[in-house]
Amino acid sequence: MVKDPVCGMEIEDKDAVASHSYEGRTYYFCSRACEEQFLEKPEFYVAKSAKPVGSLTTGYNPDLPGPVHAEMPITGLTCPTCVVTIEKSLQAVPGVQQAMVNFANQTAFVTYDPDVANLENLTGAIKDAGYWVGSAKTRLGIVDLHCASCVTRIEEALKGTHGVLDASVNVGTQEAYIEYLPAVTKLADLQAAIESVGYQTRPAPSEELADKEAEAREQEYRSLFNRFLFAAVIAVPVVATAYPQFVPILRDLPMGALRLIWGVMGLLTLPVLLWSGSGFFRGAWAAFKHRAADMNTLIAVGTAAAWLYSSMAVLAPGIFPKGTAEPFYDVVAVVIALVVLGQALELRAKGRTSEAIKKLMGLQAKTARVMRNGQEIDIPVEEVLVGDIVLVRPGEKVPVDGVITEGSSAVDESMVTGESIPVEKGVGDEVIGATINKTGSFRFRATKVGKDTALAQIVKMVQEAQGSKAPIARLADQVSGYFVPTVMILAVLTFVIWFDFGPQPALIYALVASVTVLIIACPCALGLATPMSLMVGIGKGAENGILIRGGEALQAAQALDAIVLDKTGTITKGKPELTDVIARSDQGELLRLAASVEKASEHPLAAAIVEGAKAQGLDLPDPQDFQAVPGYGVMATVEGQRVLLGNRRLMAREGVDIAPLLTQTEVLEAEGKTVMFVATADGDRPSAAGLIAVADTVKEDSAKAIAALKRLGLEVVMITGDNRRTAEAIARQVGVERVLAEVLPEDKAQNVRLLQVEGKKVGMVGDGINDAPALAQADVGFAIGTGTDIAIEASDITLIRGSLLGVATAIEVSKATMSNIKQNLFGALIYNILGVPVAAGVLYPFFGVLLSPIIAGAAMAFSSVTVVTNANRLRGFKPAV
Amino acid sequence: MTVAQTIVTLSGLVLSAAIAWYFWLSEKKGVKVALAGAVQEANIIVKGGYTPDVIVVQAGKPVRLNFTRQETASCSEMVLFPDFNKSAKLPTGETVSIEFTPQQPGEYGFQCQMGMLRGKLIVE
Repeated sequence: MVKDPVCGMEIEDKDAVASHSYEGRTYYFCSRACEEQFLEKPEFYVAKSAKPVGSLTTGYNPDLPGPVHAEMPITGLTCPTCVVTIEKSLQAVPGVQQAMVNFANQTAFVTYDPDVANLENLTGAIKDAGYWVGSAKTRLGIVDLHCASCVTRIEEALKGTHGVLDASVNVGTQEAYIEYLPAVTKLADLQAAIESVGYQTRPAPSEELADKEAEAREQEYRSLFNRFLFAAVIAVPVVATAYPQFVPILRDLPMGALRLIWGVMGLLTLPVLLWSGSGFFRGAWAAFKHRAADMNTLIAVGTAAAWLYSSMAVLAPGIFPKGTAEPFYDVVAVVIALVVLGQALELRAKGRTSEAIKKLMGLQAKTARVMRNGQEIDIPVEEVLVGDIVLVRPGEKVPVDGVITEGSSAVDESMVTGESIPVEKGVGDEVIGATINKTGSFRFRATKVGKDTALAQIVKMVQEAQGSKAPIARLADQVSGYFVPTVMILAVLTFVIWFDFGPQPALIYALVASVTVLIIACPCALGLATPMSLMVGIGKGAENGILIRGGEALQAAQALDAIVLDKTGTITKGKPELTDVIARSDQGELLRLAASVEKASEHPLAAAIVEGAKAQGLDLPDPQDFQAVPGYGVMATVEGQRVLLGNRRLMAREGVDIAPLLTQTEVLEAEGKTVMFVATADGDRPSAAGLIAVADTVKEDSAKAIAALKRLGLEVVMITGDNRRTAEAIARQVGVERVLAEVLPEDKAQNVRLLQVEGKKVGMVGDGINDAPALAQADVGFAIGTGTDIAIEASDITLIRGSLLGVATAIEVSKATMSNIKQNLFGALIYNILGVPVAAGVLYPFFGVLLSPIIAGAAMAFSSVTVVTNANRLRGFKPAV
Repeated sequence: MTVAQTIVTLSGLVLSAAIAWYFWLSEKKGVKVALAGAVQEANIIVKGGYTPDVIVVQAGKPVRLNFTRQETASCSEMVLFPDFNKSAKLPTGETVSIEFTPQQPGEYGFQCQMGMLRGKLIVE
């Protein structure tokens, strides 16, 4: 591989178009143009390709001897073994002296000779290994950038700035697009680099993506509206002269004069066709080249046929049968005016369908105040790195995701979770980017930045979901590929049938009917039906803290018959508390032993016991030989004593007699508490020492949510690994009749399958981590997320707020969206199925009804507006609970 | 049947056949792009269709497709890969990348949101 010194393209030397020797080195070129440029000014390109250009502004001087050190964050690094792959790939780059990748930091540390290698080579090597460099991307506007040749100078200056991976300048948008390592360089350095070649910078106009989109939409709307106005104004005289028999002065004119007027109208209609209707012709031609046909094809063919026929009739009336030499310029002008107006209205309505995502994107904070080298500095949010300490004052937005290290406050998280009450946060609590700090000041350590933040993931998921397909749309999808050519064939056949069998003047009837067929057919309404409703529906879900993976999940969710709720963390708070300790001897000692064992456990009940023990001021030693038996319990050795902690099955398995404890157990269990038996053994046989009860309290709104689910016609089933009594006590509190208790974690999926065998469509609600197999088995998996750990991957629907009410709302949104889609699809199908034959004239033999192409144009224009407007009705959706 | 009617009928049938042939039956001569290397990258222009519209890649390696939409027609403003659950909005004039790693060999379609523009990703 060699590099073309002019354009930088990598080519095989044997494939090079030309090569030249200069100062003892041979250079290869990818094209004649590059070769010519090189020969004009070889010293410029030689310098460029040999070593990086120095920067006046950053102090980076390539002439200084010695290696350069760079830290590059790497993304996509999932396995420790990949480290070796990247290191090898980096070491293979000429000029790299040392390359080391740290898996824990996800960072590559590279020492290289800047005379030989540059950051671009290193990034390339990492990409070749299959990974990405976690770089920041930014746009900077450049004031008064007019000459294309200055582009290269600015690009060189930017690329010469240490830490810049890539830079490109666009004269059209007057923007520089820069990819850089935020750890190495700052935005200010980039601005300085541009200023060093004599240009002023400003924030890029395209910085605000959402605004830019709205602006582009507005621009297109204006353009469409102007085209409509022009067509409409021309249409007035064209229509008037098309029916001279109704217009006072015109009806007395002789045929010759009328023809002259028609000729003028034909000329007037031409700009309507070619300017107002230019979009149709351009679109039709572009599609035609791809052997495809769309709405543009139909309108273009229909209006062009009408115009050509009319012009022939005016210019050479003699070649037509008597009475058929009449123009239809009115059809051309009016149809184009109407369809363009329809497009403009559709665009307006569509702008509103993506409102939800715009709101989400607008939430992102612009700047962050971070500690760097002991100083508080304000930096753009894109430059915040994982590990930075970020300061947030009252009233400010939390810029990225992180964990509080100092201070406390109430944070309004409603924009992300839909929860309206501010949440109290203290040291160790997670904060979510884009939420608003209400009361106190705090510092937090950034844990997720850029595209990894909860907000970015939500935006990404919503965007992807909005673009997905619902299975119901498959029919429309299959139809759309055949639709337009079929309509064209129908138009041709309509012409033939009217010409052969129609009344006189057959040619006129044939032409009018076939043009009407072309114009009335509306593939757009069919194609827009699903995407528009999905866009609004999924956006509506996101506003309520519900992330729906896509059309498929949405369609499945509205068809559910039964919903399985995992008890812990779903119906209940999932954070059990220690309630009772009953010991046969010393209570404190029993709790101390049990809590010591549980120190090593990850089970949620364990934390409750440990916390309970700590609250009593007990000192907990570390356990040895810890062993967890899923579905049974745990065991370990504490201070030489063997301690077993678990349910009846564990005790049965280990041969512990728990009979003396059973009465108390039953009382506690009837109260819905989880009872764990504690057995201790100094020697070989363990014996019962007592029991510990913890209770997981029900979330405040669980009962309300379950009632709402029942109202939606769903059978509600509770599933839990707990024993039947605990489960039933909880079930009674929240109003669930069917309980699947004592289900081992690995059997949850099996139980979901059993319900499916009953012929039900089953939804499963769980925490997304332990319940992942059951969520996957269910027809729709709902993951209840909390904070930043949104278990997006495992589930079809994610509830950001940890409330069960979200399940009911999700199903409601799905039902509303699906019925909206059905209305749209039905409407669009019926419209086309009825409209096309009527346009072809099937009613004519019976009722003498034949549509005018102008009516067809109006119908076509408003059918797609109707679809979008109907989808927009969904914006008014409000959850019932 | 008059001569004129016969001529119109015959030309109508021929035209219908021509439409069916052109849009459905003829072999689509899509531009094929075979990609190789650790990251398989292709640039696709969106204008009344996808150019190239047939892309051949290898399974198990990341694919990056850079879409540039050179029209304002709203039909093409989204591109979807339903099989990979990927989609992207394509603002006019901007290059938008879609990245994923196809694991199973096979033919996967990609399309605009209305299914009018279609392309094919062949995974080998």
